[in-house]
Amino acid sequence: MNRQFEENEMSSEYRKWQCIVCGFVYDEAAGLPEDGIAPGTRWEDIPEDWACPECGVSKADFEMVEITA
Amino acid sequence: MSEHPGGNEPVVIVGAGLAGYTTARELRKHDRARPLVIVTADDGAFYSKPMLSNALAQHKAPADLALKDAGAMAAELDAEILTRTRVAAIDPAARTVTTDGGRTLAYGDLVLATGALPIHVPLEGDAAGAVISVNHLDDYARFREALPEGGTVLVMGPGLIGCEFANDLAAAGHPVHVVGPAPHPLDRLLPGPAARRLQRALAELGVVWHLGTTVAALQRTGGTFRARLADGTGVDAHVVLSAVGLAPDTRLAEAAGLAVNRGIAVDRYLRSSDPHVYALGDCAEVEGLVLPFVMPLMACARALGATLAGTPTAVRYPPMPVTVKTPACPVVVCPPVPPVEGTWEVDEDDDGVRGLYRDRDGVLRGFALTEGRVREKQALVKEVPPWLE
Repeated sequence: MNRQFEENEMSSEYRKWQCIVCGFVYDEAAGLPEDGIAPGTRWEDIPEDWACPECGVSKADFEMVEITA
Repeated sequence: MSEHPGGNEPVVIVGAGLAGYTTARELRKHDRARPLVIVTADDGAFYSKPMLSNALAQHKAPADLALKDAGAMAAELDAEILTRTRVAAIDPAARTVTTDGGRTLAYGDLVLATGALPIHVPLEGDAAGAVISVNHLDDYARFREALPEGGTVLVMGPGLIGCEFANDLAAAGHPVHVVGPAPHPLDRLLPGPAARRLQRALAELGVVWHLGTTVAALQRTGGTFRARLADGTGVDAHVVLSAVGLAPDTRLAEAAGLAVNRGIAVDRYLRSSDPHVYALGDCAEVEGLVLPFVMPLMACARALGATLAGTPTAVRYPPMPVTVKTPACPVVVCPPVPPVEGTWEVDEDDDGVRGLYRDRDGVLRGFALTEGRVREKQALVKEVPPWLE
């Protein structure tokens, strides 16, 4: 119970970002290890020349989505 | 009158889907001054078409998918946007288009981003006209309106879009039947073992498959429909969705005398047989390739935006794997482009399937991955030669 609580607290710090073109979601907690982006990488820390792995739009064309409970 | 693109004569874009709007956005990254007019048959709202087939899982109503209305897009793009307006004709010699309202627009460069038209399968029966094809946000809104809570959906076509809708609807609690002539879903893209995993995963979610057959007739029975299949069986459903495929909308280009093959024929600069008319997206055939997916379209829009701003830029296609939005069985497929003879090498374990498509020289030309093995995408894509160097 307590452990679950801690996990929820931790994960609530991470945000999710959604590509407005294809719907791809970048989850900061999960990262994109296969793309060289470690789990826990903040959106701000992703290089500016990074592009959506599914449709190729640039970082500037992403939009933040709220985490649904 | 310069033969080069760029300059101050207006750019007119026909179509406000992803291809039209992305071209406009890319042009504006280089040039804020060139006059820009966008003509669209719909309301001009910007939305993500790939999200239509997984909107239910994201708890999104059709209206939530429209991210910006035409007014907001016009302001953002410094463009005049003519909504609910169709282009009736192009006059390439005069460099004008005429709208269905009778207005004539002069252009320096014209961009055709007219998209694709759903293929209609001829059916017998009094309800043949009630089949819904979803290729626009408006279509999707009609589909959702027609779909009662928990209503049964018959999906015609076990391809990419059919499978995505089947997954989304079944996960949201709708009984789903999928009918198609192929022996497996995504038959043309996946090796057998990968197709069977997808088929089984969707069946576990509740999807009922009717493969190796087609819908022959559709009748109204009270508030629902009864489909008679070619194999003699029947299916009852509240809504019938057709996902049998799309064909490039080349009507305007053909009427204007432009070269058309399967799509509007364009070179690597997205230029048609007329030097001031360009095409991209689902309506276009770029150097012989018709690739109705988001990633090639975005690559074309980036190149064309620069070209229209005065820097002629050829499009280059790296290999571009397609993600199939079927969360019940995630699938990534990189088809061999252009098509090439080869064979599948398939490796299957509990984590999923990895299919490698190699040509006669042993070069990796495509691949298909399911479930946990979609993680191998980035490593594999590096081995595949570019589609268009």
